[in-house]
Amino acid sequence: MAIHLRVNGVDHEVDVEPDAPLLWVIRDELNLTGTKFGCGIAECGACTVHLNGKATRSCVITASSAENAEITTIEGLGAGGLTPVQQAWIEYQVPQCGYCQSGMIMAVSALLAENPAPTDEQLAAAITNICRCGTFPRLRAAVRSLAKSKLPGDRP
Amino acid sequence: MNRRRFLIGGATAAGALIVGYGLWPSRRLLHANMMAAKPGERFLATWIKIANDGAITVVIPHCDMGTGIFTSLSQMAAEELDADWSTVHAEAAPADPLFANTPMAEGFALEEANVKLDSIPSVLHGTTANSMRIIAEYMDLQTTGGSSAVRFTGMYGMRIAGAAVREMLMKAAAAQMAASVAAFRTEKSRVIHVATGKSFGYGELATAAAQYAPSAHAALKARNQYTLVGKPVARFDIPAKVCGAANYGIDTKVPGMYFAAIRISPVFGGKLVSVNEAAAKGRRGVKQVIKLEDAALVVADRFWRAREAAAALEPVFDHGNNAQVSSHTIRDAHLEALKNGQRKVDRSTGSGADGLKEGKVVERIYNVPYLAHAAMEPANATALYTREGKLEVWAGTQDGLGSRAFCAKSAGLSLDRVTFHLLPSGGGFGRRLPGQWNFLTYAVKSAMAIPGVPVKLIFTREEDLQHDYYRPNVTCQLRATLAPGGVHAWACDYTTDDAPNEEAHIFYEVPNQVYSTVKLPAPVPTGPWRSVEASWHGFFVESFVDELAQEAGRDPVEFRRGLLQKKPRHLGTLNLAAEKSRWSSPLPAGRGRGIAMFECFGSVVAHVAEVEVGGDGKIKVDRVTSAIDCGMAVNPDGVRAQLEGAVVFGLSAALFGEITINDGAVVQRNFPDFSVVRLRECPEIDVYIHESDGPVGGVGEPGVPPVAPALVNAIFAATGMRIRELPVKNHSFRS
Repeated sequence: MAIHLRVNGVDHEVDVEPDAPLLWVIRDELNLTGTKFGCGIAECGACTVHLNGKATRSCVITASSAENAEITTIEGLGAGGLTPVQQAWIEYQVPQCGYCQSGMIMAVSALLAENPAPTDEQLAAAITNICRCGTFPRLRAAVRSLAKSKLPGDRP
Repeated sequence: MNRRRFLIGGATAAGALIVGYGLWPSRRLLHANMMAAKPGERFLATWIKIANDGAITVVIPHCDMGTGIFTSLSQMAAEELDADWSTVHAEAAPADPLFANTPMAEGFALEEANVKLDSIPSVLHGTTANSMRIIAEYMDLQTTGGSSAVRFTGMYGMRIAGAAVREMLMKAAAAQMAASVAAFRTEKSRVIHVATGKSFGYGELATAAAQYAPSAHAALKARNQYTLVGKPVARFDIPAKVCGAANYGIDTKVPGMYFAAIRISPVFGGKLVSVNEAAAKGRRGVKQVIKLEDAALVVADRFWRAREAAAALEPVFDHGNNAQVSSHTIRDAHLEALKNGQRKVDRSTGSGADGLKEGKVVERIYNVPYLAHAAMEPANATALYTREGKLEVWAGTQDGLGSRAFCAKSAGLSLDRVTFHLLPSGGGFGRRLPGQWNFLTYAVKSAMAIPGVPVKLIFTREEDLQHDYYRPNVTCQLRATLAPGGVHAWACDYTTDDAPNEEAHIFYEVPNQVYSTVKLPAPVPTGPWRSVEASWHGFFVESFVDELAQEAGRDPVEFRRGLLQKKPRHLGTLNLAAEKSRWSSPLPAGRGRGIAMFECFGSVVAHVAEVEVGGDGKIKVDRVTSAIDCGMAVNPDGVRAQLEGAVVFGLSAALFGEITINDGAVVQRNFPDFSVVRLRECPEIDVYIHESDGPVGGVGEPGVPPVAPALVNAIFAATGMRIRELPVKNHSFRS
């Protein structure tokens, strides 16, 4: 059965079961391997993508449920060049092994689109992704710098 | 690590003073060029290639698992080479004996012999160059572990190779101008004739320079001459990692590839009896069911299809004797062994155990649980067994060459019939070190069951967590008597499934010490976990020192200072952490600070944890202040990142981490019941580097051991409650 998916602005027809997990369809049918498998039960967030701009853990949702959504993966995030979040990730040298970072960046990007200047508490409540290397202090510093640039009076 | 012990045994058995840089003779450079040089570039010495356009590639005999060593090792080579940093990049060495890590073998051997490189007369350098290479090759050594990359590969390999290549480039320039080498200097990848200012780029000299033999005696810079080492530089690997462009083992793509999902006997040592093949075989995409001694696999055209079919397999296992083992039986066995078991004395100083006869004996028992590594990238490997009987494997491991040899052995093939592609790892922490390669074994066996078809085996998180090689569960009894201003005697007895641990030996000045082990078989597979033996002894020693300070009625920092009067490096690190944490400033009720320090892998780390215990008994870690003395920080920003990561890793373990056993199987299944620290639990972490001219130490692991004791010491300061068994989550508090 063909399922229609729109990913990073490109339309795809994939021949998979309707209940195939979106994560694996993205990785193995569409060859977009930046989205990672971490736990398979939406606990760790390594598989986070955007569905209509909303951060979504793709390992537990079915391909068919994403049929009418605009799907964005890490590969599509900075299609027109690095986003401010990605630039801040480089400036603050956030990643270590990097495996969770696609999901982290997708989750943070969705949060900042909604709330450009989150407090530490809002950030911690929204970003529940797991990172075993312990990049949280740098993630926090990077988001603080992005938030600061959005506050009135602080923009250059 | 047994491998390390074996290595050292082999090295010292050779009986020689073990020094030698193993820079290649030209015959080996030729092989290296054929294997790993692209058109227009060539090796000039081990680990360094220069291209015609001046691009410099540092070839790294390690894996990238996120610690930044590809960058810091390149800094060390580029420093001695006087390279233009903007033209330097790094790549992983091929998994081939030609690229076995000789400097690492030297480093471990020198450490064992307690010899520091700088103290060896240069005339002796290179005397046994071949013996170390033979050992490194024999051991298939390309290991990334023991916090050894900078302190061994960098110190004994990259620096020397960089200096040798610089000398070769200068010789080439001197020949072109018919001048003496002394007439030249180097700067930013150029050889400059001082008198005339005429200069040559490294790229234009590379071909001619490659005609000279690399020397093991080229002059090395003094630390105060460094311009690149010691500067915070941006890591090479990060840009790809923010775009989803980094390819890990799990991202391997081979044309025609199938996927495998596995069900391993939940009880360690169990054997597969039967599976319901029919339940798997009718499903879409399923190609084959593979039955192994202790596991069943389903191979399908897509991973999710393999996983769902594997879930339907209904495997039946014969659990064997281990089914009788549970966490409470392990605990009882430990306590019984410490009470009545056969103790083996590992070390005794002063009057040893007799020291306990004077004064009141303080006695405590501590325990740490089994722990999983839980790296974010679950165990996986891709393997292809061709119809011609050759094996090709792709995976992220902590030893490329070792993995290749292991796969060859698993398949019953000679090394030359096996290719291993080492890919970056989504976290390692010891899980991907030699001895823990069940994922390679299963992948190779699956591939051999379907010749001609590449098979990617991926462990689900559940299989990854339940079939790890765990940080051992260790119980320790500590006894001590106090002396005025210090400790008179120290006795340490602990359980082990392996040899005695040198990490048990305290660095504090105590005149009478005795260490004994009680050996117990491990009912579950155990293995190295970030900081290995130090991860448990750090908790035991530093908890007990805190308790002794309390017994003595002394401030924990003051008490430690008294025991460290002859150890300036330790004292300086302790004082830096205390000062930066404002140790002496008062805290409101319900809050407390705890300090702990440890020395391992050549570095000293002290942490001060500041906690808040709420009225509901909830523990919140507000801040951790860290100080490290690693002798020399090659990339200070990288050192800070490793310490921050170590604090988070250590807190995950101390607060939440435990693997428990019920009827021979691991109870925990996935992240909900193997909790780890997330952003909301992550404290503010401030890292300070204690400047010293001490020997270069590691940084990946030394930050972990003092985390748990700093935390429990802080909880004690806040609540008066002493935690002697981890994790903290199993205890309840009132502030």
